[in-house]
Amino acid sequence: MQRSCLLSPGCKCNEAFEKAFSYTPEEIINIIKDSGLRGRGGAGFPTGMKWEFAAKAAGEKKYVVCNADEGEPGTFKDRVLLTDSLDKLVQGMAIAGYAIGANYGILYLRSEYKWMLNDLNAKFNEFKNQNYLGNNIMGKGFDFDIEIKLNAGAYVCGEETALIESMEGKRGEPRNKPPFPVQSGYMGYPTVINNVETLCNIPYILEHGVAEFKKYGTERSCGTKLFSISGDCAKPGVYEMDLGITIREMLEMVGASNTKAVQIGGASGSTAGEKDFDKTICFEGFPPGGSIIIFNKSRNMARVLKNFIHFFEEESCGQCTPCREGTRRLKEAVDRIERGEKLSDEDMNTMLELAEVMKNSSKCGLGQTAANPFVDILGKFREDF
Amino acid sequence: MKMLELDKDVVEISSKYGKSKDHLLRILQDLVAKKGYLTEKIVRDLAKDMNISPNEVYSVATFYSFIKTKPTGKYVIRICQTISCDLAGKEEIIKALEKELRIKCGQTTDDMLFTLETTNCMGMCDQGPAMLVNDEVYTKMDSIKAIELIREYKTK
Repeated sequence: MQRSCLLSPGCKCNEAFEKAFSYTPEEIINIIKDSGLRGRGGAGFPTGMKWEFAAKAAGEKKYVVCNADEGEPGTFKDRVLLTDSLDKLVQGMAIAGYAIGANYGILYLRSEYKWMLNDLNAKFNEFKNQNYLGNNIMGKGFDFDIEIKLNAGAYVCGEETALIESMEGKRGEPRNKPPFPVQSGYMGYPTVINNVETLCNIPYILEHGVAEFKKYGTERSCGTKLFSISGDCAKPGVYEMDLGITIREMLEMVGASNTKAVQIGGASGSTAGEKDFDKTICFEGFPPGGSIIIFNKSRNMARVLKNFIHFFEEESCGQCTPCREGTRRLKEAVDRIERGEKLSDEDMNTMLELAEVMKNSSKCGLGQTAANPFVDILGKFREDF
Repeated sequence: MKMLELDKDVVEISSKYGKSKDHLLRILQDLVAKKGYLTEKIVRDLAKDMNISPNEVYSVATFYSFIKTKPTGKYVIRICQTISCDLAGKEEIIKALEKELRIKCGQTTDDMLFTLETTNCMGMCDQGPAMLVNDEVYTKMDSIKAIELIREYKTK
């Protein structure tokens, strides 16, 4: 990790718990709203608002779920947080529980990260021994415990309603919204689902204050953001950067040269070509999904497109027709291009129309965004096809 | 009609969590950890034990790529096929392991020791090519390292 210390291991938040419990739950929600913190999983929903909905929802039980199912191609920032900053995550989840009135937390972990399970369980036990978790946390009269549930290899379960289905032991097929999880989530109870990084920001905001948090970023994209950077660069890894950084600045920082394209936000994100490099990465610019994959000029973007489209075709859950059929047709088209066939203008227009239908009528984000790389990469790098 | 005895592991694991349906995925995960893959008998026994339809068990099981319903080796090798690992050279590793194990990707060795397959992004993109052997993760692989690793597993 480099630059500002918001989430770096050197940044301690020892007083966050103490401070959090000196506020009422309503006061905490207002602080998080004031901070402008938006969800770090990609969609960018205001965290304080989400908590407020859950706090106001009626339910004899409530849940805080940490979405640790990062499966977007090119994303690995949560892996680093889960191994290096678990104390912040646990505080973030407990504070969220206190704010919305939930005594139960669930960490939903992707099965590809099962190698960290023993370590996580051992650390959770330590937190319990230190009374950071369990009954009457820090003597403040609030009970909160965290349980780990594992995914079993399905990208779509990162979508929050599919995640709930999976936690309930079912096929991870997304639900229609509304009702939203904050109204009726896990087992029908009001549930807040936040990304690992979002929750790690909570103790920082409480410890250091809203003003300090807002020093970084832009007016509509407050704070720093972790980026998982891979592909053609000298220094791949996780970087903490101000929201609002330009693509060019980011490329310089990671030692990328001769860059042809940058995939921002993973397979479902968008592709930046050279003429976009002075644009910014933030909620009002290139959406900061957190995955950055760099391609240099030796790469053929047709191969990249094929990789992404095959990914979506494999991971479509098959529940709704536009996504199930759409991803398959896109795959056929990409495979035809690879075999050297030329798509006629009519074929091409049909595919673009299909992309539009998928975007408008798929049930969840997977189907709504699966055609993005097809439209984006074909549009910007036609010479590679 | 003669009642066939239910699989002991099925009964043991399902009673550990209770028979409530919301534990189904967890039970399947434990069964795969113990048995490697789910046979038709396991699926039927679990359905009977939980008092749900075998179709329901099967439909949940087949949704998830880490829940195996076909004969699977003791060690499942999963090579990350997503773009960063692809650019870093995952194809060479697959070819080397196909040759070493004398199977194609997607197949299992005759001695039922190894299954070789590809998987989608494992979150190791900064250290690719990456692969999993069961739950263990290995990064910055090349074909020589991959072959050495698999030979170590052979003698385990």
